[in-house]
Amino acid sequence: MEKVRERKFLQGNDAVALGALYAGCKFYAGYPITPSTEVAERLAAWLPKNGGRFIQMEDEISAMAAVIGASLAGKKSLTATSGPGMSLKLENLGYGYMAEVPCVVLNVMRGGPSTGTPTGPGQADIMQARWGTHGDHPCIALTPSTVYEQFSQTVRAFNLAEKYRMPVIILSDEIIGHMREAIEIPNEGELEVIKRQSPTCPPEEYKPYDNSVLVPQMASFGQGYRYHVTGLNHDEYGFPTNSPKLIGLQEERLIKKVEENYDDIVQVEHFMCEDAEHIIFAFGSSARASKDAVLNLRARGIKAGLLKPLTIWPFPDREIDMYASKVKDITVVEISVGQSVREVSRAAGGKCRIKHVYRVDSEPIAPSDIEKVVEE
Amino acid sequence: MRYDIRFSGSGGQGIITAGIILAQAAAIKAGKNAVQSQSYGPEARGGASKAEVIISDDEINYPKIVSPDIVISLTQEAYDKYAVDLKDNAVIIVDNTLVHEYKQDGHTIYKVPITSSVKELLGSAVSANIATLGVLNEICKILEHDWLLEVIVGNFPERAAESNTKAYNLGVELAKKAMG
Repeated sequence: MEKVRERKFLQGNDAVALGALYAGCKFYAGYPITPSTEVAERLAAWLPKNGGRFIQMEDEISAMAAVIGASLAGKKSLTATSGPGMSLKLENLGYGYMAEVPCVVLNVMRGGPSTGTPTGPGQADIMQARWGTHGDHPCIALTPSTVYEQFSQTVRAFNLAEKYRMPVIILSDEIIGHMREAIEIPNEGELEVIKRQSPTCPPEEYKPYDNSVLVPQMASFGQGYRYHVTGLNHDEYGFPTNSPKLIGLQEERLIKKVEENYDDIVQVEHFMCEDAEHIIFAFGSSARASKDAVLNLRARGIKAGLLKPLTIWPFPDREIDMYASKVKDITVVEISVGQSVREVSRAAGGKCRIKHVYRVDSEPIAPSDIEKVVEE
Repeated sequence: MRYDIRFSGSGGQGIITAGIILAQAAAIKAGKNAVQSQSYGPEARGGASKAEVIISDDEINYPKIVSPDIVISLTQEAYDKYAVDLKDNAVIIVDNTLVHEYKQDGHTIYKVPITSSVKELLGSAVSANIATLGVLNEICKILEHDWLLEVIVGNFPERAAESNTKAYNLGVELAKKAMG
């Protein structure tokens, strides 16, 4: 008989910490910041009991560096922060993409810019997640909107990080991070957990940055596979190079490993979209308000549907394109003056009308705010 | 069945904890859908804060309350700020230790001296939030008293169990008096 899942009443941030343990996370380094601090609090208690380590670093820059170091040593690693801390992590985040180091970075978005409103929700770090660190680079960012998804998407973030050998960002927000609801905790083995694949070749043949494959195998420090790690463009052994050929191959491989795996990485939820004439595009806490808006609109005979991305980067272009040619309009809902709406407009390519609902006064967007705009 | 319950008070009075206990008991003991959320300022103490609990047989999407059917206010500032957008015939519970100005019209209002009574019985007002749960649950009959008490005892260190149980039961008695 299948083991019954344990039902727990959890805060969104707690669920990230539990999801990290489920995924096999053994290392957390961070610097506390509202509204993400509970993740650190839980893991400070739980990691040492589960064979892991927790370090509170002196700031977010060093925390990101520690997470990269721990991952290079073979441990699945996590850091959690909010906008101001995310700004500090960006430099080393770029290093993570360049050196191809798997790790997970949680940003529980609050109001910004700068220290903004620590206890107010925000969804305006979407572009920062994508383009915050300099240079062309890949990006995977996930957007949970329930406490259960905080758990399951954290597990998925670790999986994608290992599979594609890169940092993966989870973009939560103050409402989802701080709210509590009951979830059924998956038993061991119910959700896929991807383990890092060590090299199968002898050490003298190992190429940590083999350009002939999309994702080279990754050796952990201490396994006997000596290689160099740098943020400079490097050859297939990790040593800095000025060879235009090698630089180009590497740059393009970094982008392609995400681009060519769109179907594996991009997850969206379609709620009442089949016959919809009006699509609402919303993620995180705004998706919860939008789901109520869809139900209320349907009750009034208006054919609305919700397209909820669980992956915001890469942007779900294909799904938006599909609906854009079928529906009258797409209403984008976000706690931002306008970030994801630009992407939706781009992806829709002028095939349908794009409407926008936003709020940036630290209050959440209510279902009625959305319904009004859809009905216009 | 759906309850939209808003606790309001000053930062440090434990109203978020009260909200968590109620929602947890509803979700785990009663098997209902329950969502708890909160709104508070950057300060650790003081400032009007609210905790919201939605309990429902149906799925709860939007986690915030649009119009509450029950509001509890422990301070005047919290009453002024958060006893708003009420449903018709809502229930308002004010702690008249600190709330003195309130409107009587259109709703059922209960004036309960929660903080002062807890202080008198236990020598400290620290368990006023737990007494508030007793008041609320006796007036509104949301869950079995035992379910709430089990969560209250389970969520705190053992040494707090006795005083919290006393505070809860005091709340129940105060509610009975307030209801007449």
